[in-house]
Amino acid sequence: MNETRILSEQETAEILAAAGHYPDKSAASVEALKIVQKYRGWVSDEALKTVAGLLEMSPDELDGVATFYNLIFRRPVGENVILCCDSVSCWMLGADRIREHLSERLGIGLGETTADGRYTLLPIVCLGACDRAPVLMVGEELYEDVDESKIDELLKRNGQTWTDR
Amino acid sequence: MDRPLTQNIKPDLSPVTLDDYRRAGGYEGLAKALKEMAPADVIGAVKDSGLRGRGGAGFPTGVKWSLVPQGESAEQKYVVVNADEMEPGTFKDRLLMEADPHQLIEGVVIAAYAVQADTAYIFLRGEYHLSASRLEQALGEARSAAYLGKNILGSDFDLEIHLHTSAGRYICGEETALLNSLEGKRAIPRAKPPFPQISGLWGRPTVVNNVETFCNVPHIIRNGVDWYRGLGRGEDAGTKLFGASGRVKKPGLWELPMGTPIRVLIEECAGGMQEGYTLRGFLPGGASTDFLLPEHLDLPMDFDAMMKAGSRLGTGTMIVLDDQTCPVRMVLNLERFFAQESCGWCTPCRDGLPWVVELLEGLLAGRGRPEDLDQLEQLARLMGPGNTFCALAPGAAEPLQSALKYFRADFERYLKPASTARVA
Repeated sequence: MNETRILSEQETAEILAAAGHYPDKSAASVEALKIVQKYRGWVSDEALKTVAGLLEMSPDELDGVATFYNLIFRRPVGENVILCCDSVSCWMLGADRIREHLSERLGIGLGETTADGRYTLLPIVCLGACDRAPVLMVGEELYEDVDESKIDELLKRNGQTWTDR
Repeated sequence: MDRPLTQNIKPDLSPVTLDDYRRAGGYEGLAKALKEMAPADVIGAVKDSGLRGRGGAGFPTGVKWSLVPQGESAEQKYVVVNADEMEPGTFKDRLLMEADPHQLIEGVVIAAYAVQADTAYIFLRGEYHLSASRLEQALGEARSAAYLGKNILGSDFDLEIHLHTSAGRYICGEETALLNSLEGKRAIPRAKPPFPQISGLWGRPTVVNNVETFCNVPHIIRNGVDWYRGLGRGEDAGTKLFGASGRVKKPGLWELPMGTPIRVLIEECAGGMQEGYTLRGFLPGGASTDFLLPEHLDLPMDFDAMMKAGSRLGTGTMIVLDDQTCPVRMVLNLERFFAQESCGWCTPCRDGLPWVVELLEGLLAGRGRPEDLDQLEQLARLMGPGNTFCALAPGAAEPLQSALKYFRADFERYLKPASTARVA
């Protein structure tokens, strides 16, 4: 195995530490994929195969897990993933309008990444902030009571800083 | 009025520290359980308290715990916290985890003592990053203060709690799918029986409860069963977090006694409808509950009373439908969610939900035929209880069947005259 060549020592150490929380290493499958994503943004075939080796799973088995979950990315994403809630309370309070505005400002549709690789726009199910609808999540940050002007402000403000994630 | 679940929560929602929590009587319930009560006494107290599961199903918590094999067996057992709050319209567990994480931890330790489990997992949805960091912080504090680890508070009881974060899939909230997910597999539900209390995580006896359910436990142990039962206004015991979202004046979350009339929540707490809007109906407990109407506002928010009215209390977080939102489009939004989140394991759900979505989309696009409404009703029956492995499809059927019943005219308005519809 060329584990060290594909994953950094840090990634490998974090994955093995997570695996230690369970009697069976494969229980750390989602956590391991998230660790890879934390450093690389997405999970490539090579990374997936290496992780599978570490967790004593077959690559297909691990890919079955990876493709099951909404937040594991098997294709490259932008530096900043914008998750737009499209569930019922946000929908009632203008989520479609918010998404259209984002699409227009960024020049991309859902599932797409800007040409400069900075933003990916994705739909997400209810983010559990329905009393502050409509909401977005950018990276790990929740944005509540979003409207067009807040989006413009957010994009402008993050125009300079979003590259250091 | 006692509001045990939110009594320590600060106005700015910053997390209650370990010191603050202890000053307010925190971890006294745990000390009492470990020093004065046998595990069976704890289960007995929770049973007698009348606490019912706060995740939506309302199953009596003490009864659930009592199904775990008891006695001096060396068998490994687990406690699992269902913190996969993904039911659309639901935002209650997030508050409890972010603002008072020690309350949850204390509840989990007491539960683990009651069923004699030495390992617990908090299964947290992946998007709750703030909950994750605050729980990790609180778990660290609890370990340092001997509320976790070996020989908790000098007893011979050991427990470790691990935080397990998921990666976004609604089906994980179903307790057997959650167990598969926690084992690192695709989150497919398991056939029941055997129930998790007998064969759960890695085939071991496992108790799975919702975040809010665990949060009630320290208060029951510390203040007693009679006090807890006295908190409810109606049939059910205790208090609960209730919420309202949609076009109400003040959407939000409030801790109210069980049995409080719905009207208090919607008209007093949430301030009624926004100017220019009137109340058309509401989903009382998240996306997977049947619609109720303004005529139901005086119903008590109790599990059985809501069942009798043809719906469910669910998570107690209400989604309010106003007169300017089309109920057909609202149902389409809900059914798209359920269709997307179906794990695909069984046919009524995997095939039924996309079919529902297609029929609704056709209706809204002017391609509807009168028989489509009958077809939708039939699909709702087909996806109902007993035909699927888990509650996802039956839950999806609830807003659909009740919308067809209460808002029939809205569906019919989209129908083209039968003669022209035939051609398309």
